[in-house]
Amino acid sequence: MGLDFTVIPEYFDVLLLGMAWTVAITIGAGLLSFFGGIVFGVIALYGHWTIRLPFRLFAWLFMGTPLLLQLFLIYFGLIQIGIDLPAFVAGVIGLGLHFAVYNSELIQASILAVDKGQYEGARTLGLSSGQTLRRIVIPQAVQAVVPPMGNNMIALLKDSALVSVIGVAELTLASQQAISRTYRPFEFYIAAAACYYVINLCLEAVLRRLERRIAAQR
Amino acid sequence: MSDTPFVDIRHAAKSFGALEVLKDINLTVERGQIVAIIGPSGSGKSTLLRAINELDPLTSGEVWLEGVQINKKLPHRQYEKHVNQVRQDIGMVFQHFNLFPHLSVRDNITLAPKMLKGMSTADANKLAEEQLANVGLSDKIDVFPSRLSGGQKQRVAIARALAMKPKVMLFDEATSALDPELVEEVNLVMKKLAEQHMTMIIVTHEMDFAASVCDRVLFMDQGVVVEEGPPSVIFQNPKEERTKNFLRKHLSR
Repeated sequence: MGLDFTVIPEYFDVLLLGMAWTVAITIGAGLLSFFGGIVFGVIALYGHWTIRLPFRLFAWLFMGTPLLLQLFLIYFGLIQIGIDLPAFVAGVIGLGLHFAVYNSELIQASILAVDKGQYEGARTLGLSSGQTLRRIVIPQAVQAVVPPMGNNMIALLKDSALVSVIGVAELTLASQQAISRTYRPFEFYIAAAACYYVINLCLEAVLRRLERRIAAQR
Repeated sequence: MSDTPFVDIRHAAKSFGALEVLKDINLTVERGQIVAIIGPSGSGKSTLLRAINELDPLTSGEVWLEGVQINKKLPHRQYEKHVNQVRQDIGMVFQHFNLFPHLSVRDNITLAPKMLKGMSTADANKLAEEQLANVGLSDKIDVFPSRLSGGQKQRVAIARALAMKPKVMLFDEATSALDPELVEEVNLVMKKLAEQHMTMIIVTHEMDFAASVCDRVLFMDQGVVVEEGPPSVIFQNPKEERTKNFLRKHLSR
């Protein structure tokens, strides 16, 4: 049986819709992981121990167990305690929190790397420690963390394929649906791979622009 | 009120563990006075300066500014509020400028007036323009600090501090990190401030500057004020042997 890529245009709309879901999940989970990462990072560094300890446990749980398992737990497990999340929401939360924990490690390191003089400069003007953190330290820490965090975002995009297992019709699941109708796995997996590659190129372009804009200030 | 000094430091002492860096220092500064603190490194002069705005709180002793005690003993939350309030009246300029690299020159200057004094953006922008004109950097208002020379950075830092309309300005070796050819532009700005009768306390290694601008000079060594007086006396007729030794080394350079 030879390869026949001409079947792909027929399922273009299916793939396109899958791509749209993949992009939506990546953006949703990406935003959650970004802001969650900052919040977790600040908690880990400055939180009262009664918050910090449970957070450590939570972070360990998310870093030490498979993402797939976490998705199952959030989507199928939480129903048992009365929390019935739509698959898309469960996917965004699972992916988002998973990567938020990784991002928080990056943020912590870069907050600690901000020069002591920056705190002193802000505090002598009369800013409180909270204001200093919000307006002076965190913005600088975030700028410094854009390149490594960009790598996490690319990893997040690729790992978004995992949410196909909880029934979100993103790119991977969409191509599987096309395959089940056409019996042409090679062609559609290649097509899906190409789509991921295109999204990845866009993401990288955005990240590069962001890095350049930050570099222009330094 | 007239008999209470503007800045009043009483029995200031500070130690880091067993190391005493300040030993029972008393210092008063009148409004509009310009005081230089000189001395070898490790003499405690920066620590004393940083104690005035609670960056390095004293172990014991009191710091007063215009009848308000800066280093009040208060419960943590009230203390923070109090310190944030009084720091608005005390401008500080650092050796390494400490400009905020992620903000433009304009935002460096307007941040605190907007945040802490509730100033409108329009008013704050006008203030930034005034302050920058004052230090001769009007054309740099939309530039980021990384594009400035050291001397320009320090002038922006001075403008930023002045934008809070402080009652007193503290200079912690403001020109020590600058290339020699950039020192003068910062000195000129400080001289101009002196002419405007800003109260200033200046920690410096530049004896010529201290001699020409300051009303009083304090020589510190090993955590004590060894000698103080008008610059003409301290630089030309010091009484103490330690002062003489220090000046001999510094003036022969």
